[in-house]
Order: sequence, then structure tokens, then C-alpha cells
Amino acid sequence: MDVRRVFALVKKDLKKTIREPALLFLLILFPVMMTLMFGISFGSFGGNEKTQYTVGLVDMNAEGPDHHWSQDLVRNLTANDLLRVRTYSSNGSAQDALSKGDLQAVMVIPANFGTSCDSFVGNPGNTSAWVRTTVQLYLDKGSMVATQAIPPMAQQALSSTLVGNRSQATGLPVSFGSGSLVEVQKRKTFDYMAPGLFAFGAIYLIMSVAQTLTTERDEGLLRRLSTTPMTATELMASQVLSNMVLALFQGVLIFMMAFAVGYRPDTGPTGLAMAFLLVSVFSLCCVGCGLITAAVSKSAGAATGISFLFILPMLFLGTFMTGMSGGGPNMLNRMVPSFYLTDSLTDLFLRGAAITSPPVLTDLAVLTITSIIVFVLGVLAFRKFGTR
Amino acid sequence: MSLKDEAIRIEGLTIRFRDLTAVDGLDLTVGKGELFGLLGPNGAGKTTTIKVLCGLLKPESGLVRVGGHDVAHEMGKVKQMIGVCPQEMGIFPFLTGRENVELFGDLAGVPKGELKERVDGLLERMSLSQDAGRKVKDYSGGMKRRISLIMALVGEPSISFLDEPTTGMDPQSRRAVWDFIRGLKEKGMTIVLTTHYMEEAEYLCDRVGIIDHGRIIALDPPKALMERYGAKDLEEVFLQLTGKKIREAA
Repeated sequence: MDVRRVFALVKKDLKKTIREPALLFLLILFPVMMTLMFGISFGSFGGNEKTQYTVGLVDMNAEGPDHHWSQDLVRNLTANDLLRVRTYSSNGSAQDALSKGDLQAVMVIPANFGTSCDSFVGNPGNTSAWVRTTVQLYLDKGSMVATQAIPPMAQQALSSTLVGNRSQATGLPVSFGSGSLVEVQKRKTFDYMAPGLFAFGAIYLIMSVAQTLTTERDEGLLRRLSTTPMTATELMASQVLSNMVLALFQGVLIFMMAFAVGYRPDTGPTGLAMAFLLVSVFSLCCVGCGLITAAVSKSAGAATGISFLFILPMLFLGTFMTGMSGGGPNMLNRMVPSFYLTDSLTDLFLRGAAITSPPVLTDLAVLTITSIIVFVLGVLAFRKFGTR
Repeated sequence: MSLKDEAIRIEGLTIRFRDLTAVDGLDLTVGKGELFGLLGPNGAGKTTTIKVLCGLLKPESGLVRVGGHDVAHEMGKVKQMIGVCPQEMGIFPFLTGRENVELFGDLAGVPKGELKERVDGLLERMSLSQDAGRKVKDYSGGMKRRISLIMALVGEPSISFLDEPTTGMDPQSRRAVWDFIRGLKEKGMTIVLTTHYMEEAEYLCDRVGIIDHGRIIALDPPKALMERYGAKDLEEVFLQLTGKKIREAA
């Protein structure tokens, strides 16, 4: 492969994008404007105030012989429809999740919880025989609702654990530590949308690749290029490179625009580098889809229409629209490559995941394998049907 | 003609498109440094033959060698030595004239240090220097033809295929292109030129092959053909051979 020939073709493709107003709008202005508009529209709105509160639970009593008491407490907590309990192995990880806004509260059950409960059941009326202990409760300082609603519900679950529905005049050996209020980053709706905007912008590369190739084929440009020493491999390499450059440029612009309207991802330079790597890998998939589209399209007009067969599923199932729908991803989401880009960027930007964390690496692996497969299929389809 | 002196050899070339036989058992040899004209009306098989020679069509049967290499198996080597100016032009409209030529110079592997000087020289000779910085989409038809010709020749190929390079040009531009093509021949380039302008073939070509219905029906230097058929020009030769004028046939 001759690098000079590849770069000459890349230069030509980039000039085309810059000089053709329709392409410039589609690939650059449109996603940038969308980011700006979404940022302005949703950036000032608070996150969804959930009607269900997520409580992180750290059970230090789990290993003890009387651990059934803490299990009873968890059962009583989860019996309350307003509470969702998420178990953590350490107070540190639970506090981390609370500070990022993933939880509304953290409850730490002490190691002597079971002993305390046993002492109460054995001597319900003899307060001096009780082993007293404290369940520590940390609350989201920024959520007035959480600070007001969660402590009584926790207290109710504790009472149910120890005395059931009976009334208890003498109090309980277990008390709640004064709810420590924790500063929690408030999420805006735009914070949940922003990771999906990167996939949203890159998706339109499918249309641009398909239109470019069908136009060049129809106008005899590909035929003419094929009479030069340029090889088919060099042509494909130039497509990949030029579209990776475009995707990166697009990503940088989207990020800058989001930053300008107040978006602050919860990641550092390495996270950003990983994000751009993911965007580059996704662009390979878009080139593959563009090649398939060009292979089956008889004209540039047809390519525009057919490209939506790839664009729409990726748009609705794998961009910011997925995040807006609420609930977790389902099987359909997992069938589109853009989902893995958005999901990994959400892990990086919203949850502050490390670049080596299993969810990010899994998404990268799936996205890479999928993109390579789609690209190879695209090359084969275009070579067989696209150059006729 | 010995193998050493041959630039192009075609033996028994046949190309069919469904029921239509575009080229029918064509035999032809073009010598090194020769300016060969392939004449005939539209649909006679000229462009199809050129497409086979530059690798755009695979020969169904027959042998085709360009620069000593079989186009069916050694197209990579053939592409290193040819320049093609296709009938449909194939110019990137969003690039300037200079950028189009430089792109093809890069693809042909023209040394970086030589490229600018070579491009400048070619643009100057085709009277396009002043317009070289404009996008090609704003060019006239004649200007596009001239840029297309330069794109084919910037790599200084040893063999060039010029498929109707002067179609749509005004007489003045056409004459300038003729002189340019003659200059290439004088430098030793082998040129295969297709045209349906008989005066172009008379003026430029060492030999012409008149092709009709995919077959060569006459092959000789223009003067020899005119003498043999007692004709005052190639148009009359064509009339005598086919019973129709080339423009009517087109």
C-alpha cells in the first residue's frame, strides 16, 4: 500500500466535505447545532426526580452468625415500593456512587447489628440488657425529598424487622445515626443526552460515504481512478482514514459545543482519549454501512434513502434517544453498534468509569469486532455489486 | 513488427454485452512511439476497446498485451505505464483544476519535488494557468477536456489512451490540443487516440484503424488509405467502406 496515494485520496475526500455545502451541513453543522440546541434546551433542567429512591446498602453484618437480621431489614426495605436497594461491598464504593448522584442514600448496617437484635428479642423489656448499636445513614444533601422521605422509611423498615406490626413503647436498641448529608453532583437532562450525541453525529457518515461513492461511480470518477496505479485497498484505506478524521473532528466540535453550554463530563484526559478512540472505531462501522448502501444503490438519491435503513435504528436504539426512554437497555438496543458507543461514553462521562473498567472495555471490544465485521461486509458488497 | 517494438498487441478480442457484440474478434498491433487513431462512429467499439486496454473491462476471449503485460493477469504493471483520458472525463468538480492534476500526479507517483513544476508546465501549455485555482465545476466544457487531458498525462506515461479528447472543444482549443498531442509523440510516447473527427486523425495519426460494428475494416496510415480508395479525405474513405458518413453513422 502506497501511503502517499492514500493521503492524496484522504485530502481529496476532506476537501469535498469542506467544499460541498450539503455535506458540510450534514456532518458538521447539523450535529453541532443539535448539541447546542439540546444543551440550551435541556442543560438547565434538573435530573429526573424519581418517585423511587435508590438506597445503597453496606451490610457489615452479612458475615456474622446472626446475619438473618440484616437480611430481614433488607427485605423490609425492599418491601417498600418507594425504595430500591442496591448492595455495595464497602462503604467507600457506596459513598462514591452517592456522590455521583447514582443513589439518594447509603445505609451502613454495623457488624453487631445481629447481636443487638438478638439482645432485644431475648429481653424486649429490659433495656439494660440490650446491646446498642447505630445504623449509619448518609443522604443526598441536594435532594430535599431524599432527606425528608428516606429516614422515616428506613425507621419503619427497622421497626418491622424487630417488632413486626406491634407497637414498642420502650424504644429499640438500634438507632439511626443522624443522617449525614452528602454533597451530590446534580445531573441535568443534558448530562444523560450528551454521550449519545457523539454517536448521533457520526451516524450521518453512513449517508455521506454512500452518497460520495455512488456519485463518484455514476460520474465515472471511480472508473478513472481505477485506471491509475491506485489499488482497491488504497481506496478503502482512504475512505476509512478520511471518515475517522471527520468523526474525530465532529467529536471535538460536539464536545466543545457541549462544554460551552455547561456540560462537564466526569472524566479526565485519558477518558476523553478513550472516548475519541471509541468514536474512531465507530466511524469504521459507519464506513462499512456506507459501502453496503452504495453497493445496493443505483444512484446518489437512492443511497440517501437507503442509508436511513441503517441510520434510523442506530439513531433510535443507540444514541441519546435510548437514554431518554428510561429503563435499561434491552435486546434491541444491543443489536445496534451505536449503542455500544453511547453506552461506553455514558460509563466514561456520566459514571466516571475508568478506561480499564470492564463495562468500557467490553463495549470497546464489541464495538471493534462489530465494526470490523460490518466494514469487511461493506468492502465485499461494494466490490461485488458497487462498481458495476 | 517485433515484440520488442510493440506497445500494444490485441489478438482475437471479443466483448459482448448480452446480445450485442461490441468488439468482434479484433486484431491490432500498435508500435512503441506510434500515434494510432481508432476511428469510427459512436457504438463502433472504440471506447470498449480502450476500456479493455486500460483494465476497465475484462476481455471475454482473445489476448491483450499492453507494454508487454497481459491485461488479464498483470493489470497492476500495466497501470504503472498508462495514462487514460476517458470520454466521460471523470474530474472532481469540487477540486480546482490544479488540485485535480496534482491528485493524479500523486496517484501516478510523480516525485514530490517535480510535481509542482510539471503541473505548472502542463497548465501553461494548455492555457489553463490563470484558471488553475478555480473549482472545475465552474469550468467550460472545453476547459474540462483540457484538464482531463493533463490529468492523464501528468504521470508521463509511456502509453496514453485518449478517448475523444477534443469533443466539444472550439476549433482554436482543438488545434492547441493537437499540437500538444504531437509534442507528446515527439517525446516518444505511444498514443492511442479515438475520435470521430476525421481531420483530427489525418493531422495527428501515424496510422488509423477504421472500426465499425466491432471490427477493424481498414488499417493504414491516413495518406495510404486515401490513396488506396482515391479519396480526398478520411471521411470519404469511411463513406466508401461503409456506405455512410461517419456523422450519419453516429
